[in-house]
Amino acid sequence: MEALRTKARELLESGAVKVVIGYGAGSDPQRVRALFARTADQVGQLVWDHRCRQNLAAYLIKPDVKALGRMAIVARPATLRTIMQYAAENQLANDSIVLLAVTDDGQIAELTSFAAIEEHLAALPRGLTPEQQQELDKIEKMSLDERWAFWSAEVGRCIKCYACRAACPLCYCHRCITDVNQPQWIPIASDPLGNLEWNVVRAMHLAGRCVDCGSCADACPEGIRIDLLNRLLGREALTQFGAEPGYSPRKEYALSSFKPDDKEEFIR
Amino acid sequence: MSEQKILQKKSLGELVQKLTAAGNRVLAPVRSGEQLGFEEVTSPRKVADDYIQTTRSAKAAVFPRYEPMLRFTLAGKDVSAEEIAPESRPTVLFGPHPCDAASFATLTAVFTWDSGDAYFEPKLAKLTVIGLSCTKGDAYCFCTSVGGGPGDTRGSDILLTPLDANQYLAEILTDKGRAVVAIAPTLFANANGQAKDRVLAKIAPRFTAKKIAERLPALFPKKEVWLEQSLRCVGCGCCAYVCPTCSCFDIQDERDRYGGVRMRCWDSCGFGLFTLHASGHNPRAVQSERWRQRVMHKFSYQPERLGVLGCVGCGRCSRSCPVDMNLGEHVGALAEAKA
Repeated sequence: MEALRTKARELLESGAVKVVIGYGAGSDPQRVRALFARTADQVGQLVWDHRCRQNLAAYLIKPDVKALGRMAIVARPATLRTIMQYAAENQLANDSIVLLAVTDDGQIAELTSFAAIEEHLAALPRGLTPEQQQELDKIEKMSLDERWAFWSAEVGRCIKCYACRAACPLCYCHRCITDVNQPQWIPIASDPLGNLEWNVVRAMHLAGRCVDCGSCADACPEGIRIDLLNRLLGREALTQFGAEPGYSPRKEYALSSFKPDDKEEFIR
Repeated sequence: MSEQKILQKKSLGELVQKLTAAGNRVLAPVRSGEQLGFEEVTSPRKVADDYIQTTRSAKAAVFPRYEPMLRFTLAGKDVSAEEIAPESRPTVLFGPHPCDAASFATLTAVFTWDSGDAYFEPKLAKLTVIGLSCTKGDAYCFCTSVGGGPGDTRGSDILLTPLDANQYLAEILTDKGRAVVAIAPTLFANANGQAKDRVLAKIAPRFTAKKIAERLPALFPKKEVWLEQSLRCVGCGCCAYVCPTCSCFDIQDERDRYGGVRMRCWDSCGFGLFTLHASGHNPRAVQSERWRQRVMHKFSYQPERLGVLGCVGCGRCSRSCPVDMNLGEHVGALAEAKA
């Protein structure tokens, strides 16, 4: 934590960045909240521990935050993957922000270029944990009726507050499809059909792009396991198309590119 | 002066049965995973009895998250529309805390200030509130800063206070409350002046609503104050949708080329789309302006125009906020901010 504070102080004092976005104390001991350190005397409030889960890359696209000037962001691996995905989707210029990745031994890797982020990520373990695999397997082993009942109960609780969308750095459309009403693609009401369509359409838009940060599920006030849906589709995109989003700034989008050797196992 | 009775906790099942048999829909807090919401119950088995606050408020009982208003068909140039009568079943709301009970006064002030509301008013008229005093609170509760309290009777038709593990003190406050007693008279025994204060939660006030309302107009132009508080706000509608007093809605047509349904749905001032003009101009272009609107509306505009506060201090917005925006903390800070 001291290494993080020292680096943040250095960046602010030298004028290399105008703001360091990290984590600070929250409302209660279980929570942390995003901290926007704009002066060196604020860096002492920065914390780093297991509670720091929110993907802070989501702030890159918020106008109030962008207006502050060049930023440094405290990054966990999923945050770095988000930046790689932004690069692949032409949403961010190289060297435009500073990423402060905390390594396992508590040191800070200061990364600015896409190449450096790519290299840093290449050394980290990939893939789902055995627990995550088991969770997904359990759902895939369900019968169609069981699966329908499971997802209906999950998305049935949705109140369409769009916290999942707001917390997701890869939900960056200026005009989200759910806000379009000519034509009305997604039913407005948060009734069973409207909820199902919203959550499924969002998951489809993230398939092969989602970097599995988990911020959507963390944000949901109803505790809906949207992360499971995104992870299932992510695993599918990997198996079918070899999509591993967020590890390279050059990756093309699996769902909008056709390759003659695509497996096409889902077409019967 | 209210009438005081004693209701045994073990009689709740019978009370629910009798209320249901008398044609009432009974809504009570039901736990689902880590979430709690008011849902229809026919027996007390599912009713949660140990909670500080439900995740969702009880406002959906009078202001559903979506409500069809009319159905229309389109055939060439012919349009025919048919009104969908508002649904209003006699409803007993069991177990909202005093903050939630108080929220109906704010909703009523908004929905009836001018022409009235054909969808809200019949539901409220048929709503009976059996409130439940708080014996514990948490760091997010601030009812005592906004004129409420853990044993406040306002908004309840009957207020129950758990005196011990077995019995409630029941304060019968209104005619609707007396009607509930009349449905199950044998369940309500006479009380002998039991005091409820000793069991109530202690919630320390953080600010006074009067001071906030006085200071806010001068703080309005201080952009930096609002920006500093709201930089981390991601602009979802969570706070508004779990809030018991947020009443903004949007009327939309869900249609295809043959017809559709016009309905009103909850809306939130946290969304950029909320104020986006058809021209593309947005008078609240950034999140700090939306956060300011939320605070001003609740603590300045509503008290000034309708004579009610737009906040009952339930703390739901802050417990549920994905990025830990804390309304009680921030409004407390505004009370001290330099204008």
